[in-house]
Parts: sequence; C-alpha cells; structure tokens
Amino acid sequence: MAKVRGAIVVDNELCKGCGLCVVACPTNTIGLAKEVNSKGYNYAYMENPEACIGCVNCALVCPDSVITVYKVKVS
Amino acid sequence: MGELRLMKGNEVIAEAAIRAGADGYFGYPITPQSEIMETLMARKPWEETGMVVLQAESEVASINMVYGGAGCGKKVMTSSSSPGVSLMMEGVSYIAGAELPCLVVNIVRGGPGLGTIQPSQADYFQAVKGGGHGDYRLIVLAPNSVQEMNDHVALGFDLAFKYRNPAMILSDGVIGQMMEKVELSDFTPRLTEKEIIEKYGDWATTGKPRTRNQNVITSLELQSEIMEKRNQHLLKKYESMQQDVMYEEIMTEDAEYLFVAFGSSSRICQKAIEIAREKGIKVGLFRPITLYPFPTKQLKERGQKMKGILSVEMNAGQMIEDVKLAVECKVPVEWFGRFGGIIPSPQEIVDALEQKIIGG
Amino acid sequence: MAELDIKDIIREENLVYKKSTLLTDNVMHYCPGCTHGVVHKLVAEVIEEMGIQEQTVGVSPVGCSVFAYNYIDIDWSEAAHGRAPAVATAIKRLMPDKYVFTYQGDGDLASIGAAEILHACNRGEDIVVIFINNAIYGMTGGQMAPTTLVGMPTATCPYGRDISLNGYPLKMTELVAQLPGTCFVTRQSAQSAAAVRKCKKAIRKAFENQNKKKGTSFIEVVATCNSGWKMNPVKANEWMEKHMFPFYPLGDLKDCEKSPAEEYNKYMEE
Repeated sequence: MAKVRGAIVVDNELCKGCGLCVVACPTNTIGLAKEVNSKGYNYAYMENPEACIGCVNCALVCPDSVITVYKVKVS
Repeated sequence: MGELRLMKGNEVIAEAAIRAGADGYFGYPITPQSEIMETLMARKPWEETGMVVLQAESEVASINMVYGGAGCGKKVMTSSSSPGVSLMMEGVSYIAGAELPCLVVNIVRGGPGLGTIQPSQADYFQAVKGGGHGDYRLIVLAPNSVQEMNDHVALGFDLAFKYRNPAMILSDGVIGQMMEKVELSDFTPRLTEKEIIEKYGDWATTGKPRTRNQNVITSLELQSEIMEKRNQHLLKKYESMQQDVMYEEIMTEDAEYLFVAFGSSSRICQKAIEIAREKGIKVGLFRPITLYPFPTKQLKERGQKMKGILSVEMNAGQMIEDVKLAVECKVPVEWFGRFGGIIPSPQEIVDALEQKIIGG
Repeated sequence: MAELDIKDIIREENLVYKKSTLLTDNVMHYCPGCTHGVVHKLVAEVIEEMGIQEQTVGVSPVGCSVFAYNYIDIDWSEAAHGRAPAVATAIKRLMPDKYVFTYQGDGDLASIGAAEILHACNRGEDIVVIFINNAIYGMTGGQMAPTTLVGMPTATCPYGRDISLNGYPLKMTELVAQLPGTCFVTRQSAQSAAAVRKCKKAIRKAFENQNKKKGTSFIEVVATCNSGWKMNPVKANEWMEKHMFPFYPLGDLKDCEKSPAEEYNKYMEE
C-alpha cells in the first residue's frame, strides 16, 4: 500500500501563532511551540512529524503564508 | 491661424479638451456648466480620439474617477460648479497629496449652500487657499474670455503635468454661458500606452513588469518624519510654480489708481476704466491670470506706485487679502463687489473707486 | 517500511506548496489569524497563476487593508474611503485591457462607499470587487459596521446592535446581485482549507470574467476580526460559522453565462 509522508517548514520568525493551522490539520501534526519568536509569538511547528501527510491544509489557511509544504510517496 | 468659431465658453471647454488630447472626462450635471458634458456626449470623442467620457453618479465619484485615471498617467479632467466642487474637495486633496496631474473646471455660481445659479467669484478662497484638507495648493487659472477658456484647457493640462499637481480653471457663469469668437487650438494626439509608459512609467499604474518596482498611487504615510519630508517637497514645488505666474496689465503706465480684478469682473473693469478716464481719473487694471501662483511680486511693483487700489470681485472680498499682502499694506486697498449672482455695472465700480479710494 | 527522515522529505522535488512569488517579503500588519492575509494570498496566487502581473492594477481601500499594496507586488491605486469602485471604473475604462480589481472592507464598501459600489455594479464595469465582510470596523478600533449583526456588541453599540437605534444589517451581496450589471456574485469564506479552495476558485473565475467583458464580478468573503470581536482566531472562526453564516449564507447568488447587456436585451424582448 502506498503511503504518503509530508513535512512542513514554518518560518518561525514570521509566524504569529494564530493557531489556525493547528485546527486545520487533519492529522494533529501541528502544535504551537512553548518557545516564542522575537516578536513573542508561540510559533507553529510539527509536533508529530510522522503524522504529516502533506495535505497543505495548514498552508491554505495560514494568513501570513509562512508555511511551506513538502510531500513524498512512500511504498 | 486656427479654426475660428462662435461658441459658448462651456462648449469651448469640451472642444478644447478633445483637441488637447484628453484621455478622459468624468462629470456630473450641475448648472451652469452642464453644457460641458453635453457637448462632449454629443461630440462622441471616443469615436474620434478614443477619449472616454462618463457621467458619474456624483461629483464625489467623478473626482475619484479622475484620481484613478490620473494615476494611470492619463490626461483626465472633470468640471462642475460650486456645490459640486465642494463635494470634490476630498478627492482634490487626495490628488494633490498623491501628486497627480489633472484638470478641474469650476464654473462658479453664488453661494454659500445651494446659493444661486447665477455667476459669482465666491470660490476664490476655496480654489486658492485650500478647500480640501491638508497643506496643498492648486494651480488656478482665471480666464476672462471664451478664447482663454480654450487656451487654459491645454495650459492647465501642461502645468498639471509639469508639476504633477491638480490644476483648476476658475471661471463663472458669465464666461461659461457667453458666446464669443474663439480661435480653437489645433489637435494634439492622445499619448499611446507606450508613450505614457516612457514618460510616466516611473510613477503611473500602467501595470508592473518584473523589470521595475511596483508603482503605488497613495497619499498615505504614517511615519511623521517621512510625511514631513513629503510636505517640504510639496512646499518647494508650490514655491517653484512662481516661474509660471501669469497676469495682464491694462493702462497702468500712467495710472494713479488701480483696479485689481480677475475673470469676468476684470472685463467690467475695462469698461469702468473708460468711464473713469473720461472723468479724468487715471486708473488702470491689474489682472492676475494665475490666481495660484498669485503674481505677488508683480502686483507689489505696480501697486506700490499707486495712490490707491480697488479690488473688484463678485464676492464678499476674498482676493483683496492677497492684494493687501502683495502691496504690504503700503497703499490703501479697498474692496468693491456684488454677489448673490449680481454682476456689478461699470458705473458702480467707478462710483466705488471715487467713494472708497479717491474720496476716502 | 523504511523510516524516512524529515530531511529527505523537505526537498525541492517534493515541494507542494509555497508562498506566492507575488507576495512581498513585507510582514503583514494584520493581527494574528486575520482573514485579510488569506484573501491577499489567494489574490496573489490567482494573478500569478494567470500570469497577469503586468496587466493587473489593484485598488485598495481605507480600512485595515489600506496597505494591501505593501503585500501584493503589482501596481496599486490607494483610494479614498469608499471610492475604490469609482477609481477602478476610470482605470478600467482608460486601460480596457488591464485586469482591475478593488479590495474593500464592509465599512468602506457597504457604508461610506455604498453609492460608488452600487453604481459601478449597475454600470456593469468590467472589474472584480473583493468585499471582506467581518461585520465591524477593524482599523478604527471595532466600531459598528452596516453589516454588524443584530445584538452583536461593538465599540459604538456596546450593548449590541439595536434595530430601533441602528437599523438592520445590510446584505450588500444580495443587493448587487439584483443589478443587471453584475455577472458573477458570490459569497465565500476562508476559515477552512475547503473554504479557501472554493474562495480561490471564485476569485479566479471573477478575474477570468474580465476577459469576457461580462460585467462586474463581486465576491463577498465572510471574515473574522478576532481583535474587534475580542476572541482568539480559532474561536472567531467558530463564532463566524455559528452566527455569521446563517445571516450571510455562502454560495453563488448569480453566475451569468452571458454579458449583462445580452441578458438585459433578452429580458426586454420577453
């Protein structure tokens, strides 16, 4: 069975920690970091990287376009 | 010699706009200037030169259409009369703030408020001192004949583009409605898209190719330091307009007294000069043609040699303030005017000269 | 199954989504979670995908999105409050080959600019109107908008919008759908990935309509203002779905095949 693995790269410095990507993620991949960026926002990050399927939902809802998405098929 | 015609002042504005290569006219009907748009609509310049003519839903929309069009580097204009021009003042301030060239024609009627539909010069302050908000100036031209209505359209556009600043023709119902012989200007072709990009591509919204930075038409600047620099730049620009000052002097060489008048009242003053000189009063006329820039230096030079000056205006005394400033109050300056749509008679003006200046 | 290292996934050949190249590097001034950012992104993506950067002129409003020009790398004209449709009218008429759009909020479009938008739509100007409706004035600090829901508290109706005092919320989209000049009128949202995809499709369709000289395309995006609503972004989305969507139902209100002129002539013949 073909399986899909994905990964996101968040621009930590530009993320405003709004949390919309966390809700949009269907696989609970994303969480907000305990650390803050230089503006004081708890930025988004892959809390469960193995769960990511590269569906781009997070990137679509991100108001600041700080998420880049990668996806690869694994057999 | 250009084409000679007998035309109304308002009609000439329309014809001159087409011939000046205007790209667009946006307006809203109001007396006493509706002939401008009517003439354009009947002429259908979009078939001839490609000029766009559009009746907007209001003067507010008209002036903002002018803003949009001017921002594209296009030669655009509007016309209205006093109450309508008041509505346009917001847009005029934005146009001045964004440094866009355009032409606004104000065929002034009596005010305040809805006022009258008869001629007046009561919008001098609005045109020359502001009207809209913020530190800005309009280039203001005051034609006193149908011929000058023709000439000032092309001149207004030229000055507007030279300084990237709105220009206004401040006329009134007398000249707008009057028929006179006029020598029309020759046709100037409209600029092509390519020519506009070549000439104004560094600021106009002509569409951003990857090879240049984006062009943004805006008057907004939230950083005070930058805004102050912008104000200083504007101030410098307004001062530099002095080089384009225009005025006319009639029978001033031997004059002891001076009428200062613009637009239609300057014509009546010419008759008043005849009457006064028959009585032995040596009076001449100083007529500012550009109300902004005001011919301050030139009026000072002439005015300070006089025994007295009468500022003749169809308003409650507005230009007189600039006349007094020009002669630095070293000569008695008085005002005479009729308003509410009444045009003063030449005799009234002579009487006022005798009572307020000579006998005063 | 062999374990795949994250580093092996994050490779150029595996890229499936990145920020549009038409979005500038300027950090958006919007609050965290603001819908403006999402819609800006969609507009940038549509312009980029259609390859019309050089042919597009945007008209930004007064309100939170006054600085839209800082974020999308095209030529812009920044209009006075409410006047964007008039500004866009002239740009389009003077440069008919350009793609011209306005981007306006509810205060700008539905209140102070009500006349300009109705008449631009009624003339059937070949422009796109993007109307962000978050039922509040965001930029000035959360005052009542014409679209504020009944009972909804704002800074100028702190006890909730009261019909007897403030009248009714205005459904601009239903209003412009009545006008023969509009060809495509739709109400969208951008709170979920599915909604964002739909919204982008609508924006794309609207831009494509400009080529066909069909008349005005009008897209309302029901949006949040989490700062103005005093909720966090996730709660604001939930509140929007629960309270805004019933009053401002999503979907196409009008999608004409023909141009307004053709439709009108047909109607007159009948």
